[in-house]
Amino acid sequence: MAETGTVLKVKDLEAWYGESHILHGMSFEIPRGEVVTLLGRNGAGKTTTMRCIMGMVGKRLGSIAFEGTETIKMRSDKIARLGVGYVPEERGIFASLNVIENLELPPVIKPGGMTRDEVFDLFPRLRERRNSQGTKLSGGEQQMLAIARILRTGAKFLLLDEPTEGLAPVIVQQIGEIIRDLKAKGFTILLVEQNFHFASTVADRHYVVEHGHVVEMMRNEEIGSNMEKLQEYLGV
Amino acid sequence: MFELIGIPPQAFYAQLTLGLVNGAFYAVLSLGLAVIFGLLNVINFTHGAQYMMGAFAGYILLTLFGVPYWGALILAPIIVGAIGIVIERTMLRHLYHLDHLYGLLLTFGLVLVIEGLFRQQYGVSGRPYPNPLPGGQNLGFMFLPNYRLWVIVASVVVCFATWYLIEQTRLGSYLRAAVERPDLVQAFGINVPVMVTLTYGFGVALAGFAGVLAAPIQVVSPMMGMNIIIVVFAVVVIGGMGSILGAIITGYFLGLVEGLTRVFYPEASSTVIFVIMAIVLLIRPQGLFGKAK
Repeated sequence: MAETGTVLKVKDLEAWYGESHILHGMSFEIPRGEVVTLLGRNGAGKTTTMRCIMGMVGKRLGSIAFEGTETIKMRSDKIARLGVGYVPEERGIFASLNVIENLELPPVIKPGGMTRDEVFDLFPRLRERRNSQGTKLSGGEQQMLAIARILRTGAKFLLLDEPTEGLAPVIVQQIGEIIRDLKAKGFTILLVEQNFHFASTVADRHYVVEHGHVVEMMRNEEIGSNMEKLQEYLGV
Repeated sequence: MFELIGIPPQAFYAQLTLGLVNGAFYAVLSLGLAVIFGLLNVINFTHGAQYMMGAFAGYILLTLFGVPYWGALILAPIIVGAIGIVIERTMLRHLYHLDHLYGLLLTFGLVLVIEGLFRQQYGVSGRPYPNPLPGGQNLGFMFLPNYRLWVIVASVVVCFATWYLIEQTRLGSYLRAAVERPDLVQAFGINVPVMVTLTYGFGVALAGFAGVLAAPIQVVSPMMGMNIIIVVFAVVVIGGMGSILGAIITGYFLGLVEGLTRVFYPEASSTVIFVIMAIVLLIRPQGLFGKAK
């Protein structure tokens, strides 16, 4: 696979939770090496889109191509093994596992992931707390752990679902630095964010989602001139 | 002290040992139930029948194939576990998204079918299984039969090994994580359905192991599972569903309580566990070691 091009191509994606139809023809692309956000109000379908990419939504139609491989009918463990790392919305730290066990839970799927020591160098706080029970960590530490554990796996495409939600400004800043650092290392990142200001400090492009489909794409540098329109979309 | 309460020490220690032996079976069986319930959310009513199948597997291996006790102790759990895997793959699998009640009904139905088949083939009177460790130790204050001692040792080793596997190893951390969030564990690239199948097979193999262990001291009979499983369910309720350590400790503890009751007030020995269950349910409905949900 070439080092340029498209990492993920979503086309006409439809998804259902039980009877309710959540996604209505989502289409967007994620170029290699970019940080891309899905912006939109609560309930617009951003998290559902991520869960679809991860294969975690029961009923889904359309096309999701990762590195040219169609994954719409794939089971989530197979999708993960293609090289997709997932940080879920509620962070998904396991209460019955300590920090090291949480960190080493996702299996290494590709060469080139970080070692335990490299991860601890990036997140020194986690080294200090390595024997603590996962849910005894603060919200910020849990978020660090949720990001740290997928950096071990060798996945080069990361899904981050609201990584700044409920965190103090200083932690949000740290997470912003980590995301920029990961981008510099060649990771491709899809970010779901409510915090539009934060998104504009890390992202290359934004897809605005409304009622289960993409209504607009903006490059980050175009944001200033589109501010009014954006605020209308997001209802801020 | 014994003179004071008018009980001969030999009788006291004998009942204590018997209590521990019963507790050993309660512990291994409730441990299997707890492991299965933790990951599958299925109350495996077939557990008693699978225990009985373990005893019969030992009996059939011996009488038809000449496999001695020690070989059966390894082979029978594998055979019974493999049958469990077939049951999980073909039937249980389809019930996970439904209420607990459906799993209970299916596994209860399986009990009726399995026990019926064995009754048809072997009758209800039961078959003797020779004691592989005859004789015993004279400890001065009591006579301890070798086989009883072996049952206690074997069950402690198996319980500890299972606890260690689940609480201290990497494989165990997958299991504990999958109990919390199976969807997320799978999204990290772990094949959770296969893990579920193997876990059920393992829990069932524990029941099969207990069955072989019981064969020399209990008559091998199609009904032996029904008799013990009701008590084991009470043990699981008292210990708290889904707690590994809780299942083990409660198993031994209640075996002892039962033995002691037999010394002091024999009339209550078969009901004491259910009385404790009622009290625990009133005071701590999640069980002694369970977490409130």
